[in-house]
Amino acid sequence: MSDNQGQLWEVFVQKKSGQPFVHCGNVHAFDKEMALQNARDVYTRRNEGMALWVVLSTAIVASSPEDIGSFFEPANDKIFRHPTFYQIPDGVGHM
Amino acid sequence: MDTAKFEEVFEAKLAKNDFIEPKDWMPENYRKHLIRQVSQHAHSEIVGMLPEGNWITRAPSLRAKLVLLAKVQDEGGHGLYLYTAAESLGISRDEMLNALLTGKAKYSSIFNYPTLTWADIGAIGWLVDGAAIMNQVMLQRSSYGPYSRAMVRICKEESFHQRQGYESITHLAFGTPEQKAMAQDALNRWWFPTLMMFGPPDRESPNSENALKWRIKRETNDQLRQRFVNQTVKQVEYLGLTVPDKHLKWNEAKQGYDFSEPDWDEFKNVIKGNGICNKERLASRNKAHSEGAWVRAAAEAYGKKQPEKEAA
Ligand SMILES: [Fe+2]
Ligand SMILES: [Fe+2]
Repeated sequence: MSDNQGQLWEVFVQKKSGQPFVHCGNVHAFDKEMALQNARDVYTRRNEGMALWVVLSTAIVASSPEDIGSFFEPANDKIFRHPTFYQIPDGVGHM
Repeated sequence: MDTAKFEEVFEAKLAKNDFIEPKDWMPENYRKHLIRQVSQHAHSEIVGMLPEGNWITRAPSLRAKLVLLAKVQDEGGHGLYLYTAAESLGISRDEMLNALLTGKAKYSSIFNYPTLTWADIGAIGWLVDGAAIMNQVMLQRSSYGPYSRAMVRICKEESFHQRQGYESITHLAFGTPEQKAMAQDALNRWWFPTLMMFGPPDRESPNSENALKWRIKRETNDQLRQRFVNQTVKQVEYLGLTVPDKHLKWNEAKQGYDFSEPDWDEFKNVIKGNGICNKERLASRNKAHSEGAWVRAAAEAYGKKQPEKEAA
């Protein structure tokens, strides 16, 4: 008989309806229902959320910190993606 | 990249007050230091449930019982946050639990003292959680991201712990003479063990230097201890109780109290396993763990039978 704590799950919580789900931590559980119940007990004892997602940690794909530079590089030289790049004449009101 | 380059990136992050995340490169000793510190912290939360759990069935009112239950449940949650933070460093939950259950791992010496009266429960919330908060507020800015985030969450919950303890002690201190005597007796027994919670004095603290260099800790044991005493004395005075230290004295020059050091030989002895309750605590943890074995086995078998097999 094995004796372990189950698999690791990532927990995401939505504070209020309409807001994004934000990662808040992990739980161990043996199936998805138990993962949800554990997440509720561990992370929402004080109404911290109205909705929860749980995802097996092994299902998360993450960017690797070593190539942060090159991976996000395409965004660096495109200042024209920001509104402040553009000149708008005075007197036309808020835009 | 070679190691020297990795090390440079790591040092640069520390210098910028950036956080180190689980997948970032980190020196092996940094990882080891954190695994030890975070797992010990987790064990302390879990073992810390025992002295208070001991009084749940004997709480003097329904309100007191509800509050104590909620507090002890929070401590269990704190243990879980911290175990997962430690797991992100590459140690398994089973490995940590094993180290605790076999007596190889350490936990805070404070939980090896007995809770003899109801006043002890108030004293623990007020003093022990108070000292823990002081340490944990500092650790919110610890350099390891998952540890820091766990601390932010824990600190939010801790303030209720300290307040409920102080409220409970207040009732006793302003109650009958017998109740007041109980409160004083609890303060007498918990004062020095609480001061020990900050760890050995700086002059003989072997792990402090690295912990500060790596920004795992931001302040020294003695700095935190001094701040705790400064803050707590007026709380004692309000209660009309007396700090059990005849050398306690306001020092105008340092704008803080002078106070006696705890008995460091006693501290070392408790850490070594010879405190009043070390054996009892370990036995209780082992009993709870083995009595829960069938639940884990059943949950695992059930998980494997789920149609989608996500957790299989
Ligand atoms: Fe705690
Ligand atoms: Fe607490």
